[in-house]
Amino acid sequence: MRRKIVPWLFLAPSLGGVILFTGLPFLDVVKRSFQDAMGTRFVGMDNYRAVLANSAFRLAAGNTVRFLAVCIPLLMTVSFTAALLISAGSNIGRESKGAADTGDRYSVFRTTLVLPMTIPAASMVLVWKILLCPDGVLNQFLSGASGRTWQVDWAFSRWAFPVLTATYLWKNTGYDMILWLAGLQGISGELYEAAKMDGAGVFARMWYITLPGLKGTFGLVGILSVVNSFRVYREAYLLAGSYPDASIYLIPHLFAHWFLDLDIQKMTAAAAMMTAIALILAVIMGMPGMKRRKR
Amino acid sequence: MMRKRRTAITITLFAACLLVWLPLLVMAAAVLMPEDELYWRYLSPLGLGQDRVRAALLPSYPSLDSLLELLVRSPGFFKMFWNSCIQVFPMLLGQLAAAAPAAWALAKFQFPGKRQLFGAYVVLMVLPFQVTQVSDYLVLDRLGILDSHLALIMPGIWSALPVYIMTKSFETVPEALVEAAYLDGAGELYAFFHIGVPLGYPGIATALMLSFVDRWNALEQPVTYLKDRTLWPVSLYLPDIARDKASVAFAAALITCLLPVLTYLNCQEELEQGVAASGVKQ
Repeated sequence: MRRKIVPWLFLAPSLGGVILFTGLPFLDVVKRSFQDAMGTRFVGMDNYRAVLANSAFRLAAGNTVRFLAVCIPLLMTVSFTAALLISAGSNIGRESKGAADTGDRYSVFRTTLVLPMTIPAASMVLVWKILLCPDGVLNQFLSGASGRTWQVDWAFSRWAFPVLTATYLWKNTGYDMILWLAGLQGISGELYEAAKMDGAGVFARMWYITLPGLKGTFGLVGILSVVNSFRVYREAYLLAGSYPDASIYLIPHLFAHWFLDLDIQKMTAAAAMMTAIALILAVIMGMPGMKRRKR
Repeated sequence: MMRKRRTAITITLFAACLLVWLPLLVMAAAVLMPEDELYWRYLSPLGLGQDRVRAALLPSYPSLDSLLELLVRSPGFFKMFWNSCIQVFPMLLGQLAAAAPAAWALAKFQFPGKRQLFGAYVVLMVLPFQVTQVSDYLVLDRLGILDSHLALIMPGIWSALPVYIMTKSFETVPEALVEAAYLDGAGELYAFFHIGVPLGYPGIATALMLSFVDRWNALEQPVTYLKDRTLWPVSLYLPDIARDKASVAFAAALITCLLPVLTYLNCQEELEQGVAASGVKQ
């Protein structure tokens, strides 16, 4: 009997805080999303209609979906490649030279690739400006290479989207790479040995052993990449200000503007909608990362 | 053949690492430049005018002027650095106190509703900050602690990401060890503090470090919650830097990232283990 209440005692501080600071206020958010600005009269779905009809919301929602659709597969591919290279490199080293000297060189690479994650966006912005401003290094390089003058303002033009993508990759590759490396480590080396004996090539081994072995990792890397993706607003804001090029006007920009006007109705309606979408996705994906089997 | 492949891999990875090293070198070099050289090279990026950028990986001669100017003659920077410490470290302590026991319960106990509860934490974790911010704002307003350090400390404590990372890490603690402790008559608290905490330590360290990096870098929260600029944290020093202080911008960039970077280099092993645990489906 005693055992039954124990987990709830452990959970109490966190759960209490989440309920007080997120749960109850969220109910308030939902309530307000159906009310007028004064919070006195119910207006049905009016706020939701207003948000959906809002052109800024459509732009921001579309851009955010596009950003996620482009960046997350890209990040997962790049980080997966990096993880494969590191793991292949240190495996070859182990086979040819013995375990002694393997790790060192590759751990420098690992450390380096994870490092950007720890550097605050504000610290890097000046360096990105050196590279990207109209008088900057990138334009000079392109002018030199092509023979004509380049004066593109990379962060403030239609190039802002690729720029933002690049900063996202720069920052998050290391994190995902560690996740992939953990997944790769979980695959038994004997499987590869056996496959090699049977004459399976590099691609066959990748297709029949590596990828199936990473099935579980795949979803988790995806989720954690989404978690990190919304932080890209910091780079966007610091590089291009609160009214950036239309191609990188994201949901966070929109909320920042609504906050300035204290447009509670639109904010609450949009927040309720986005939470609903996240919940639906979570249910569809079956609460990834959770143990299914009973113990 | 093996050797050739390894060389190719090393070269590729080296090239990738250059993309990290070069920007950092540019920053480090700029920190050591005297004021006139900074203006000559980086007038445009500093927002002071229009001139060709003359990027360099080394200063023409090293000078500590801008570091000294920042550390000795910029009380504003010092104040903001201190604000960051006040806002971040108590929040981390709170996170530790709230998230670690919750994660232990989610990882090592069976109880009805556990799956759904963990799922709820995952959903909270994935929601963009701007969405939960609406709730936070309403509470902070009601409690009357907008425009104070508490406005940044309180909502941060209940962040869901640390719970997720710590849970994943506690799941790697062998069940047999916990059972053995119970058989030896250990209480629940003893099992948590003497088995869970030491063995799940990488996850705890990782969660706190990721929170630290994220909060040290805070931008949306202080801008929305703190109208009083004397409370602003160091992460807003650079975005808001005055024109006559432009020469210390690179020094400020360096000092701002020093603490998170040094923490990472110190706890690298824990971080890698902790992140790795969160990527394993068990």
